[in-house]
Amino acid sequence: MKDLPVSSDPHLLVGIETSDDAGIYKLSDDVALVQTLDFFTPIVDDPYHFGRIAAANALSDVYAMGGRPMTAMNIVCFPVTDMSKEILKEILRGGLEKIHEAGAVLVGGHSVDDQELKYGLSVTGIVHPEKFLTNQGAKAGDQLILTKPIGTGIIATAVKGKLASQKALEAMIEVCSTLNKKASEVMLKHEAHACTDVTGFGLGGHLLEMARGSHVEIAIHAEKIPIMPEAKEYALMGLIPAGSYATKHFCEHMVEIKPEVETVFTDLVFDPQTSGGLVISIGPDKAGACLKELKGEGSRSAAIIGEIVGPHPKGKLQITYERSLP
Amino acid sequence: MPEIVDASGLSCPQPVLMTLNRIKALNKGEIEVLVDTETSKENVSRAAQSQGWEVAEVTESATGYRILIKKG
Repeated sequence: MKDLPVSSDPHLLVGIETSDDAGIYKLSDDVALVQTLDFFTPIVDDPYHFGRIAAANALSDVYAMGGRPMTAMNIVCFPVTDMSKEILKEILRGGLEKIHEAGAVLVGGHSVDDQELKYGLSVTGIVHPEKFLTNQGAKAGDQLILTKPIGTGIIATAVKGKLASQKALEAMIEVCSTLNKKASEVMLKHEAHACTDVTGFGLGGHLLEMARGSHVEIAIHAEKIPIMPEAKEYALMGLIPAGSYATKHFCEHMVEIKPEVETVFTDLVFDPQTSGGLVISIGPDKAGACLKELKGEGSRSAAIIGEIVGPHPKGKLQITYERSLP
Repeated sequence: MPEIVDASGLSCPQPVLMTLNRIKALNKGEIEVLVDTETSKENVSRAAQSQGWEVAEVTESATGYRILIKKG
């Protein structure tokens, strides 16, 4: 898009230029629209769970900006002649369940006959035009909280190779279908400074976007990052999606990986996530209380994974590992 | 002569699965794995190491990579 002449508008508070999760358009002094859409191919075989995960993933962009989803529309690409309509019904049932859980309403949608099944949502939410969060507000000294464990891309690759255990699959479904609704409400209450959700660029890629957007240096500690059950074992076996290597390569010159960090951790840090958690930058005086409340509100794996080291003109990410004492 | 696993043209996790199967069948020796993407090269190397095999040599050609793995 960078070479195309996108028009500007004083009401457009967040547009395409900042790599943020959703666009924000001011309607009045009290209300701004939050708009986003996302859809993708199945990451699990079960259509109902795929629907729930795809919907939770699309709704997440609104939560990452501190907004409240109001309406949703289905986006469906479906092989009409090759697949039973029952499958589509199950996908839509799963999606609808999450739309309702979000307190939003389904207002329509569009479907296309396509050989490759895809599903997702276009979501519109609202937010106060002065109270939304982006990836740009992180301040030196802030702590970074991650609300969900990482490892979806690796587990999905293991699922594809029929090597994933039932336990790993169930844990992934549970994590990916959890809405970021409560986590978003808690971070707003504790006056977080910046937020983004962890999706296709992996934890490392999205943190780097935050570092660049906020002009800071971020340090994360590999040993503190919550990881889904068995994701580390599968990564060690080489069940790593191509996206992980591509993102790592793309970010390389802005990331410093300390020599003590094992390769498996960098593989996990750049693993592309589906419906990942929020990563929240919050003042050190508020981080403890925020983390405690997050854990009590369903984000059981939430953890402080790092901090904002200080200002940095271009933005930088540092990955460290500290061995625990015997 | 090493055994050959030709995983060219296949996307992950297929090359990893083929490598792991051959490792299981042989237990020790030499295997040459042919792949055509950087991702497969990295993943096959990790798969071999996870089973205690050594990545002895990686050669790049116009069509991809040849990974020689061995266990004594």
